[in-house]
Amino acid sequence: MSVLVNKDSRIIIQGFTGSEGTFHASQMIEYGTNVVGGVTPGKGGTTHLGLPVFNTVKDAVDQVQADVSVIFVPPAFAADAIMEAADAGIKTIIAITEGIPTKDMVTVKDYLSDKESRLVGPNCPGVITPGEAKVGIMPGFIHMKGGIGVVSRSGTLTYEAVDQLTKLGLGQSTCIGIGGDPIIGTTTKEAVELLMNDPGTEGIIMIGEIGGSMETEAAYWIKENGTKPVVGFIAGQTAPKGRRMGHAGAIIGGKDDTAAAKMKIMRECGIHVVDSPADIGITMKKALESK
Amino acid sequence: MNIHEYQGKEILKSFGVPIQEGIVAETPEEAVEAAKKLQEQTGTGWWVIKAQIHAGGRGKGGGVKLAKSLDEVKEISSQILGMTLVTHQTGPEGKLVRKVLIAQDVYYPGESEPDEFYMSVLLNRATGRNIIMYSTEGGMDIETVAEKTPHLIFKEEIDPATGILPFQARRIAFNLGLSGQAFKSMVKFVTALYNAYDKTDSSLFEINPVLKTSDNKVIAVDAKVNLDDNALYRHPDYAAMRDLAEEDPAETEASKHNLNFVKLDGNVGCMVNGAGLAMATMDIIKLSGGEPANFLDVGGGASAETVEAGLKIILADENVKAILINIFGGIVRCDRVANGVVEAYKKIGEINIPIIVRLQGTNAEEGKKVIDESGLKVYSAITLKEAADLVHKVLN
Repeated sequence: MSVLVNKDSRIIIQGFTGSEGTFHASQMIEYGTNVVGGVTPGKGGTTHLGLPVFNTVKDAVDQVQADVSVIFVPPAFAADAIMEAADAGIKTIIAITEGIPTKDMVTVKDYLSDKESRLVGPNCPGVITPGEAKVGIMPGFIHMKGGIGVVSRSGTLTYEAVDQLTKLGLGQSTCIGIGGDPIIGTTTKEAVELLMNDPGTEGIIMIGEIGGSMETEAAYWIKENGTKPVVGFIAGQTAPKGRRMGHAGAIIGGKDDTAAAKMKIMRECGIHVVDSPADIGITMKKALESK
Repeated sequence: MNIHEYQGKEILKSFGVPIQEGIVAETPEEAVEAAKKLQEQTGTGWWVIKAQIHAGGRGKGGGVKLAKSLDEVKEISSQILGMTLVTHQTGPEGKLVRKVLIAQDVYYPGESEPDEFYMSVLLNRATGRNIIMYSTEGGMDIETVAEKTPHLIFKEEIDPATGILPFQARRIAFNLGLSGQAFKSMVKFVTALYNAYDKTDSSLFEINPVLKTSDNKVIAVDAKVNLDDNALYRHPDYAAMRDLAEEDPAETEASKHNLNFVKLDGNVGCMVNGAGLAMATMDIIKLSGGEPANFLDVGGGASAETVEAGLKIILADENVKAILINIFGGIVRCDRVANGVVEAYKKIGEINIPIIVRLQGTNAEEGKKVIDESGLKVYSAITLKEAADLVHKVLN
């Protein structure tokens, strides 16, 4: 089992014919992902990488029954692309694009509030269900099919955690990169909830960072509803206040969004919190063994 | 992006937000001219000389002073211009003052007592909507107010579909205890302020204090304006307000190479691909007994050119005793990164501090081999644990 994407997902790429879209679509197809086409306005009716190109997301939904879209559209046009996907009835929208203006995301968040679509990202590596579907930019080969769900605001730090798991023989059910921006579609809590309710997931890795209160909210939810071991790490224990650490959302605003404050609450809520990112995999292994 | 008070006020004024008027000056002579001009324009008899640096707490640090004559304007601006201002936000090294704002005196006596409020506009990340945060306790550090008297801080969340509504502006004015002309002034002020925030793609407005004058006007006496970096492409005029003199030279240099760099005070430099992993690497340095000297995200590429630029920036910091390069190869192959490191190392020449290169992911073993066979004084590692142990080893 898995969440969000699987072998039956019918995936399209928005920004299909651009250089990013082309490169990553090829990688996704090579992994065995069920990519059914792509959207580039003005290039409808042509084919790219052997797949149909559509002018609109609606056309892709009508003609190839797309239900998942991954967005590689440049920042200035990405908010529009997300809303177009939602309007067309795409179930899961995964926005990879980094650098979307916050104001545009305020509009997107409001627009999505009465739609059925779930947005993952933006500014994220995407979602992968190992062995079934790679929908994003993560390196496929480090993953292994299994029972650990991963939720993370980061890209390469997620790969690090996944790599540790795989080398310990712990495969993954689904890895969800939720994104590093201040406004994102799926929060830590929502992603954890999906994995907690997934019968194929035995344990959850939750990787957060400084800024915002998503990890704290997830921790309180886990305390009330958790049925599986959760291992947590917060990046930025040494980050100074008020400085943006790469990610638009990684900035300490007050005393509640520091790494220390989040880690304290996560521990109090029963999460296995590691101080060092080198211990993420081994801590999950021990947590599963002692269950 | 941060901008100066005088620039923030210019922006506010262009959206109809009443401000304490002022003219910026870079020399005492310009300050006197500015003061004369301001007297003609506003009738002010006294002036406030305000240091323009990208940091708060200027008043306490001696960077804001009242001048009661043109002679005093000259004297005080000569003192403030060129001084190194230390505030709780500048760090102990302080910041050199290059510009002063000559502002009108707005605390003149009149029919009622002047009153100071606090007001900010910012994103509520939990709801994805903007909020106006305000308090009757103006002119003070808002974090202190939040700690000691949280009931005096109010919040008004704005629906993005409607923008600020008249009843919300009225609620704010009522909560601030205003009536009559002052009430009307505040309703106009807060409405214009929110609209300015929205139209400028700002990420923070902090007006502290908002002043109700003795003749019941409401004006912004200070203005902290942060603009959303991601939206600057829509506002080339605001992008041009960037003041490189206010930034750390190393950070400016890094930005020329598209490197995301933040200078810190520690003794171990680091260079990483990805922001999350970069923060995690800083944490590892600390856990290994060092202190991170910087945050540096080289992004996806990690080519020889970016590695070289990054190494040079880190090496320019004399506090740095060791460097940890941590690359997780996904799309980018570790052997290529390793070749880039070797190339950059040779190009820079003499490097007298130990460098630890940790390469994991695509072609990690091949990458390690390239490093090990290079003949350079570079330690290689594959797991994060090995890298941490090496940091510990070279520091002791």
